Amino acid sequence: MSGFPILSLLVFAPWAGALALAVLPGLGSRARTILTLAASLTTLALALPLLGSFERAGTGYQFVEQHAWISSLNVTYHLGLDGLSLLLVLLTGLLGPAGLLASQAAGRETRNFGILYLLLQGAALGVFLALDFFHWFIFWELSLIPAYFLIKCWGGPGAGRAAYQFVIYTMGGSAFLLLGFVAIFAATGTLDFVELARLGAGGVLAAKLSALGGFWPKAVFLGVFLGFAVKVPLYPFHTWLPGAYAEAPTGVSMFLTGVLSKMGVYGFLRILWPLFPGPLHDAALPLLWLALGGAVLGAFAAMRQTDLKRMIAYSSVNHLSYCLLALFAVSAATGRPGLPADAAAAALSGTLLQMFNHGLSAAALFYCVGVLEARSGGLRGLGDFGGVRTAAPVFAGLCGIAMFSSLGLPGLNGFVGEFLIFRGVWGLAPWAASVACLGLFATALFLMTFWQRVFHGPRAGAAAGAFADLRGIDIAVLGPLAALMLIFGVLPQILTGIFNPLITAWASHLSLP
Amino acid sequence: MNLPAAQLWIIPALPLLAAGLGALTPRPARRFAAAAAIAGMAGALIFSILALRSAAADPSAHSFSNFAWFDLGHGAVTLGWLLDPLSALMCAMVSLVGLLIFIFSLGYMDADENFTRFFCFLSLFASAMLGVVIANSLLLLFVGWEVMGLASYLLIGFWFHNPVAAAAAKKAFITTRIGDLGFLLGLVWLYNATGSTLLYDGGRGVLEAGPLGGLAMPALAGGMAASTGIGLLLFCGAAGKSGQFPLHVWLPDAMEGPTPVSALIHAATMVAAGVFLIARVFPLVSADLTQAAAPIHALTVVAAIGVITALLGASIAVAQRDLKRVLAFSTISQLGYMMLALGVGSWVAAVFHLLTHAFFKALLFLSAGSVIHASHHEQDIRRLGGLRGRMRTTFATFAVGMMALAGVPFLFSGFWSKEAILHAALEWNVSTLPLYAGLAGVILTAFYMTRLLCEVFCGAPRSEAAAHAHESPAVITIPLVILAVGSIGLGFLGTPAWPWLQSQLTGETVAARSILEGGGLTVLSIVLVAIGIGSGWALYGRRPRATESAPDPVEAAAPGLFTFLGARMKIDEAYAATLGRLNSLGAALADFLDRRLWGGLVSLLGRIGEGAGLMNTGADEAGINAAFDAVSGGLRRTGQAYSRAQTGSGQGYLRALAVAFVVLAFLVLMGGGR
Repeated sequence: MSGFPILSLLVFAPWAGALALAVLPGLGSRARTILTLAASLTTLALALPLLGSFERAGTGYQFVEQHAWISSLNVTYHLGLDGLSLLLVLLTGLLGPAGLLASQAAGRETRNFGILYLLLQGAALGVFLALDFFHWFIFWELSLIPAYFLIKCWGGPGAGRAAYQFVIYTMGGSAFLLLGFVAIFAATGTLDFVELARLGAGGVLAAKLSALGGFWPKAVFLGVFLGFAVKVPLYPFHTWLPGAYAEAPTGVSMFLTGVLSKMGVYGFLRILWPLFPGPLHDAALPLLWLALGGAVLGAFAAMRQTDLKRMIAYSSVNHLSYCLLALFAVSAATGRPGLPADAAAAALSGTLLQMFNHGLSAAALFYCVGVLEARSGGLRGLGDFGGVRTAAPVFAGLCGIAMFSSLGLPGLNGFVGEFLIFRGVWGLAPWAASVACLGLFATALFLMTFWQRVFHGPRAGAAAGAFADLRGIDIAVLGPLAALMLIFGVLPQILTGIFNPLITAWASHLSLP
Repeated sequence: MNLPAAQLWIIPALPLLAAGLGALTPRPARRFAAAAAIAGMAGALIFSILALRSAAADPSAHSFSNFAWFDLGHGAVTLGWLLDPLSALMCAMVSLVGLLIFIFSLGYMDADENFTRFFCFLSLFASAMLGVVIANSLLLLFVGWEVMGLASYLLIGFWFHNPVAAAAAKKAFITTRIGDLGFLLGLVWLYNATGSTLLYDGGRGVLEAGPLGGLAMPALAGGMAASTGIGLLLFCGAAGKSGQFPLHVWLPDAMEGPTPVSALIHAATMVAAGVFLIARVFPLVSADLTQAAAPIHALTVVAAIGVITALLGASIAVAQRDLKRVLAFSTISQLGYMMLALGVGSWVAAVFHLLTHAFFKALLFLSAGSVIHASHHEQDIRRLGGLRGRMRTTFATFAVGMMALAGVPFLFSGFWSKEAILHAALEWNVSTLPLYAGLAGVILTAFYMTRLLCEVFCGAPRSEAAAHAHESPAVITIPLVILAVGSIGLGFLGTPAWPWLQSQLTGETVAARSILEGGGLTVLSIVLVAIGIGSGWALYGRRPRATESAPDPVEAAAPGLFTFLGARMKIDEAYAATLGRLNSLGAALADFLDRRLWGGLVSLLGRIGEGAGLMNTGADEAGINAAFDAVSGGLRRTGQAYSRAQTGSGQGYLRALAVAFVVLAFLVLMGGGR
């Protein structure tokens, strides 16, 4: 390691871009567009060499930066990257520019939009790389503010209310998260994730918190849990999501579902699970039911939606619930004699793959709905179209790939993650895998309904008249996403190679303190 | 020349390549797309024949070639190819029948504007099917299986601008997916129980003695073996794909696809994949037979479903009026026979019937396609008629197919494979029901096929389209003639006198038997065929239908029954009234929970928070401790947020948030200072 602060660069490059946009108001629109896009592309540009020099066999943090910062709080500036973070940085690197291009394609992008979008992207990266609660939480909360304005100012007619609900609900969750960490800090005197994970695994954290007495140790766990549960979201904390995703402008919906929803799952994996192995295990059975609720009821609710964006939003509830289902199944089985480490490794690998793959497919589907909106003057109802495949075969083809990826067709990326999750969950809690199958069925049903109503049949509704096929910029967004769905579907090793050693280490060290 | 297992991937790769090329080919480049597809298929056929030679060299060997797909934990997820007589024979059948159907499509789809796309989808389908048959890993098999489902979806809905075709495609995908979820669960169960999805792996594969012994142990409630549960779940997938009751409802609707698709996918090959799957994992599904005390054996269920499906399909076929739907229900019925054969323990008879059925059913469908092509897409048999004179080749080939399906003795392949199934049923010692059902099906099959032949080809034309029909071009008739030759000749590979096929499949020499052995059964079934054909001829052939509106003789005799069968026993309606309604209820419930229960709770919490915030102001100022402050602060923020969300003033709240954030940060600092 050369000591070059590549992770800091990664986090702050989009912010530097935002700053440049802010201080250069006289920039022409073309130069501004290029600057914004370039700042957004820095993530991918930096992540690819990072991928090359990343030590794949390693299970610890790499490219670590740690500097003394606020000594009175024992806070250090601590960044680091392991397979999990790298995966999510790559995802951000792909979806950041994709969402931005989508916004540019829609002609929505202005200077303020660019500033806010880059702020959002930087904050997300900060969440995935920060290893001290202090600045991690700042990134976590800062991601909300640009998201709020992006939804409210550039969103649909109901955006004001949806943005409120989004921000208030997640802020509410975060308040409990913060309180939980205040208590943790009071008990341990540190906010460093690595240190806290060590204390969590050794049972020290639990012992110190139990000194609070009464209900309080549980309350601390619940507080941290709530913060993440709202963010993912875990059923039934998901009611903010359909509105926020549906009302946000297309590019922002893509980023929200692709990247921001992963912050919650990341929080579960990076913070809640390592810090509270015991309480999570104790709560795992009801949590499994909540995850199943999201997987099954989320998909069934999607079936009732006539607004296509709300439908795709509900499919996100369904897909992310599988991630949590796998984690909760692992946690529930932890400490059981003869715990099958193979099943745990499969479940956790599936979770990580599902995070990445859902990011690609859901973002692509949101973009497809955006294409429909752009060509129909803002319509996106299930019954507003017909025969689009006749009018726009290329669009139909790319949207079809995204859809089949989303419903888990083998050969495309979505299948690998779902297969591993089911394989793992079956080994840990077979009944949960059986119930979760209902979600797979319902997902196929509503996506096929979407496809049939919009793309098949005679040309009708908004597609009855002129309906242009994809333009160059549309293909620039959807083409790479669809290609990656195929590539990662056939060669999942590209992704699993990044995190398999980490997962293997997790799965073979499962124990309760 | 031989083709070792390690190079077996070439067989599906060639059509896959053709599919890729076809996908990128612009619409006007029709010749290129068709040439690529046909070349890919011809290449697959050549390599399949080489594979067959390799397999025939040592029929008892299961040679495999495994490779790691991706790392998982300390190991990897491993896939592989398998070369044995079963996979090689299936490859040869699929690529030969496929090639003929591709050539037929050149003529049949000539006028279609999406000609290039059609060949792309056909190649994708062929590739997936070939992938299924050479898979040495149940996971790889599942991958091919699902891609095949996709190809089927695309081809059923090929004329997607027609809402009926689009609905049929969706129905097929969803119905088979229900079965596939069972397959998926069976697969993960098997994977979890054995740590592998490989079929053969030098002693560690799931079809080999070691793992099988473990799976056959009583492990579940009631002394059931794990292999019983896994086998039944896998059978769910097979039942979906192979149109077995109760998942058969998609197959007749799939006839909305172009006729070559019906021939290739929904009659000859893909629908047989379910039968192939059970034949492939036969050691697994039959492993529980060693547990005589088990409450249920997987194969008993397979046999029962096969019996129901064979009879159900044959009965409904009697009362169908659409040329292709008669054939579709006949396919369901014949697939039922194959499952019945598997259930009574003779996977070899099932595969034999699968192979002969592939030829004669492809022949029947393509001949039907020739009729439909010639009579301007008229498919209603009441409006056809009298085509015998005008379409001599098509009539001859259809008649060969009909006799093969009906089981006309000695010359036709269907006779031999059906006899093999009936004899297997005779030897089953659990129940005699499959035998009787099989015999009853023989009469019905001979009857409805005679009815179909007479209605379409005899008498006088009953519509303009039929009156002006003339023989199809050579590109259509030549594949018919080749398939007709196969429909006759293939039977001689598996006669009791020379059981070459049986010896190949089992890998051990099967003793030749006299054709007359078990003669009573053979004679009986020949008599039943004669009864079926004779009664069909008496009702439909002697005095052919005169007008379109003339009642069907069976309808005249038993109108209620005929209507009931014609409406496919109302099974679709029953599903719509039960499962369909349940599904809508589930969706409505989920939506209601979101809008009313959870959404309402959120609003309620907001209001409570608002009240609590006000009440706590005092306590806040008193400053009991940092934690308490923060709690009330959090609650107050929630409450304020909700109250303001309703009034619609936002900027103020954001400021408040910022202030609250700073205050909380300050509290953290205070906490750190302590």
